[in-house]
Amino acid sequence: MDLSQLSLYNQAIILFAALVLFTSFIMLAQARMLPMIFAFAWQGMLLAVVTALVALVSGHPHLYISAALTVALKVFLIPWLLYRLAVKLNIHLEAEAIKYPSLLLLAGAGLVIFSYYVALPIVHLSGLATRNTIAVSIAVVLLGMLLMIARKKAVAQVIGFMSIENGLFFSAVVSTYGMPLIVELGVAFDVLVAAILFGVFFFHMSESFDSLDVDQLTRLSEVHETLFPPEEGGGEEEHP
Amino acid sequence: MTLLDITLLSPLIGGLLLVFIGHRPIGGWINVAVGAVTFATSLAMALDVFAHGPTLSSGRMFYIDAFNVYLVTLTAFVGFTTSIFSRPYMRHEVERGRLTDGRLRLYHSMYQGFQFAMLLALSTNNLGVLWVAMEAATLTTVLLVSLYRTPESIEAAWKYFILCGVGIAQALFGTVLVYFAAEQKLGGGRDDTLLWTVLHDSAASLDPTVLSLAFVFLLVGYGTKVGLVPLHAWLPDAHSEGPTPMSAVLSGLLLNVALYALVRLKMLVDASLHTHLAGYLMMGFGLVSFMVAGLFLHRQHDIKRMYSYSSIEHMGLMTYAFGLGGPLATFGALLHMTVHSLTKSAIFITVGHACQLAGTQRIDKIRGLIRTQPAIGWGLLIGTVAIAGFPPFGVFTSEFLLLTATMKSWPWLAVPLLVGFGVAFAGLFRHLHPMVYGEPPPGQQPVHANMIPVMVHLALVLWLGLSIPGFLARWFEQATVLISGGSPL
Repeated sequence: MDLSQLSLYNQAIILFAALVLFTSFIMLAQARMLPMIFAFAWQGMLLAVVTALVALVSGHPHLYISAALTVALKVFLIPWLLYRLAVKLNIHLEAEAIKYPSLLLLAGAGLVIFSYYVALPIVHLSGLATRNTIAVSIAVVLLGMLLMIARKKAVAQVIGFMSIENGLFFSAVVSTYGMPLIVELGVAFDVLVAAILFGVFFFHMSESFDSLDVDQLTRLSEVHETLFPPEEGGGEEEHP
Repeated sequence: MTLLDITLLSPLIGGLLLVFIGHRPIGGWINVAVGAVTFATSLAMALDVFAHGPTLSSGRMFYIDAFNVYLVTLTAFVGFTTSIFSRPYMRHEVERGRLTDGRLRLYHSMYQGFQFAMLLALSTNNLGVLWVAMEAATLTTVLLVSLYRTPESIEAAWKYFILCGVGIAQALFGTVLVYFAAEQKLGGGRDDTLLWTVLHDSAASLDPTVLSLAFVFLLVGYGTKVGLVPLHAWLPDAHSEGPTPMSAVLSGLLLNVALYALVRLKMLVDASLHTHLAGYLMMGFGLVSFMVAGLFLHRQHDIKRMYSYSSIEHMGLMTYAFGLGGPLATFGALLHMTVHSLTKSAIFITVGHACQLAGTQRIDKIRGLIRTQPAIGWGLLIGTVAIAGFPPFGVFTSEFLLLTATMKSWPWLAVPLLVGFGVAFAGLFRHLHPMVYGEPPPGQQPVHANMIPVMVHLALVLWLGLSIPGFLARWFEQATVLISGGSPL
């Protein structure tokens, strides 16, 4: 399809969708915590812009509510929560050594191509103006997962988790002009509660493990039990 | 107010009330009372549906038919009996110094919040709300897994949170795809395209390519919560590190709810595809889970982990049976869901007492239960005999039905099934024998134990094994007809 045949609004939607994808890549390769949180906030902002544009083009007024929710939750509240926690736990200046960053980005690019392949049957069926961006939304989900797999810091994992959520929201907006409002409100509520719970966990983890590296979480595995037979007494299970 | 409203509202209001007074001694009693009200209304609702058929609430938000009403009743019942057990148990934990008042409050309010989330997931008519409720069930329990704040429990809760969160995100994507397929067919701009009743009526005309893609995502998503291998890594951790009443409801109920979601969606996909793709996928995942979990039973050191793996094994068997389809297998799977919930929650309650008795969860430290406290020893022994599928308990009946159904349609699959039963049996009993009959360590004292819920559960399982009461059989039959389109009787 020729891009210039599309209306200006549709071209803008595609442009901003591409920028959403770009922020996913930024998060993937960003080793420092603060810029990563900011990149996440930017992704939320771009997502809200796309949603508002789709609302304008398609004439679905309830998408404006979704856009407003996105701005409130994913641009301000969650990044602010993460920022405050990072400062409080004194990890905001930390940087994480990413193994093989170029390989990681190449894998990300591979995932984007894969998403286009997965989206083919859906795009064929869809008559919506936004169908070109369905693959991008799948890619954002997959890149979020890659981020969670590749990174060891708990904060990075939370950002990966939330960007998966962004991708899902994005896919609902571009493939079906948004889920019914009650579902979107429910999902937004779940995301909010999840963000707060993650904050609680950061404190528990930093108390118990003195760091927020998920590498430390290796006590409960089947392999562990056999390699290091547990010492007599069974630790904290003992009677006082 | 309808009965359904009361069933849903009582845990919600109870949970909110317990936020404020959950730490007082009366908190435990309120928890029990709310459980009793929920169970009573769900039972009345079940009888109503049984007599008058499926009901759609006004506004079409909730849909109650034979399939989910029996799960609602089961959930309310096990939630009620577990709350009876949990009251003295949690007080004892506070006295042992493992918990503070604040955390007891959190525990009580989240217990009811969790009940609410599960009942909402079961009764809603909207696939999106189903997803929201499933996620809410994770969120309410994640802080309960880490209730003791030990490094192990925090690790378990983190794994539970991340793995289930990411897993269930796949299910949301699958739901978006289903919605997409429905909008293609039914036209956009309607607000009821995500309702199960609407989707089910028009399932035959939905696009099969999109729906099969959707089912893959839904299977991975809800399958994570069912605990299907290889997506099960969170389950033994979460079930073993939390407080025991939580293990009982997680193993006995939450897994059922996730499987329920999967079966509902399979009904849609089957109607659209006219092939057995969804069934084959479920059979494969289920059988692998069944076999692998049976093997893992052998190398466990923690009693609660061991029974968690047994849950994976049984959920795998049920997934396999629903995948197999057909009236007989579906009937067996529904029966198995019931007896597994009852037996597994009874076992976890007994295990909780055994752990308080021995002061540890380590299998090699738990010895001589039957001599120190016969009630606990016998409870664990009978519970394990029942879960391993011995006659005359109900698990035997359902497993026998499943085996018969397998023989009929896939005879060669009976071999791995039988081997799996044997492996799981050996895995359970090699650990069980010394725990029950071994030499008790010197100075082991009996604890105050409330074995009434266990006895009630095991008696019910025994009853279901000896003779399925007529009304229950017809009830299962209604659900079977709904799911598989044919009657087994």
